[in-house]
Amino acid sequence: MAGDAVKLLGAWPSPVVMRARIALNLKSVGYEFVEENLGNKSQLLLQSNPVHKKIPVLIHGDKPVCESLIIVQYIDEVWSSGPGILPSDPYDLATARFWAAYIDDKWFPSLTGIAKAQDDGAKKAAIEQVSEGLALLEDAFRKCSKGKTFFGGDRVGYLDIAFGCFLGWLRVTEKMNGVELISRSKTPQLAQWAERFCADPAVKDVMPETDKLAEFAKVLFAKFKNPPSQ
Amino acid sequence: MAETLTLLDYWPSMFGMRCRIALREKDIKFEYQEQDLWSKSPLLLEMNPIYKKIPVLIHNGKPICESLIIVEYIDETWKGKAPLLPSDPYERAQARFWADYVDKKFYDPARKVWGTKGEEQEAARKQLVQALKVMEGVLGNKPFFGGDSFGFVDMAMIPYNSWFHSYETFGNFTIEMECPKLVPWAKRCLQKESVSKSLVDPQKLLGFVVEMRKKFGLE
Repeated sequence: MAGDAVKLLGAWPSPVVMRARIALNLKSVGYEFVEENLGNKSQLLLQSNPVHKKIPVLIHGDKPVCESLIIVQYIDEVWSSGPGILPSDPYDLATARFWAAYIDDKWFPSLTGIAKAQDDGAKKAAIEQVSEGLALLEDAFRKCSKGKTFFGGDRVGYLDIAFGCFLGWLRVTEKMNGVELISRSKTPQLAQWAERFCADPAVKDVMPETDKLAEFAKVLFAKFKNPPSQ
Repeated sequence: MAETLTLLDYWPSMFGMRCRIALREKDIKFEYQEQDLWSKSPLLLEMNPIYKKIPVLIHNGKPICESLIIVEYIDETWKGKAPLLPSDPYERAQARFWADYVDKKFYDPARKVWGTKGEEQEAARKQLVQALKVMEGVLGNKPFFGGDSFGFVDMAMIPYNSWFHSYETFGNFTIEMECPKLVPWAKRCLQKESVSKSLVDPQKLLGFVVEMRKKFGLE
């Protein structure tokens, strides 16, 4: 079953798609990447993910797996002979899952909140919220890494992937708003971790360049500021 | 060292019920501690500082939060008995997907069905019924979402059974009419002791919902 063909439906700017790519890279699994046009979704995407119609979708053989964190766990379980992605200790795993869910449910929405802020006051409040979240994640890093390089220990693991995929968008947000969110002064551990994560062989080729992402972001954020009329 | 296991919970919570079922499936002794959510205990605030919510499982002093994360933790820690997730990776991914679907699509509309009125309530009722119909489709002709036996998705969804009577009462619909297969499914689940002991009486829950509606000025 591990030998069946692997296809990943995604889009280059998407951080959650990156999660699946990093996981496949960590396991040295070859795959075909299908770039989706989200304004004109392919039949394959709509058939493979009829419930949410979203990317990423991993298609292994003929079986689709949806939801980025579920995909990462699936990859870890199928290609079990490769380096482990999920922590092996149940408590460490529960902790990693908790923070990954926090990042998806609270932290990343607060980051997009900066782009969606309609005035300076709202923007300042949004930035404050993101910073508070990063302070929690700095503390989480201390506890999870146990003195090592990554949340997962000696190598990139589940929580590194769950959080690190957003670093491109974080940098774009910093650049567009003239603000430092992750910095050596405010979040020293995360600052070092971010550099190491982005330099990791499994990550560097799939992390989009900040400038390219910033260009894409400008178009996207214009839509937030001027939503199409009802 | 003697093992200690405490569940901080709140009796009507469908999320707490999931954890109760999981612990009973594994036949694990635990201490149930009822929480007052209007006056949160120092223990709850210490154990779940981020969300300040139940359920929280405290295992040998260490907290685990978020109901599905707690269920997976229980499954991984007490491996010997009653597996809560399938062993096949694809089946596991499917189970996680549908439990996640229940989490995303049920709670908010359900809350609005009993907690609002007028157009907002009607829109919520449509959303809830739609989500229930999707799950009825997923169940198909299987006895359980897990196939021949009760599994992760069954556990994620059956606690809502205690609340169905309240949704039906205030939403003016019936499960029987909208998604009939869920009725025998719920009966099968309730035949399991781990489930019947962990769920709450729908009438008692209706009384609770009536009180909550009074607090919101809806009664």
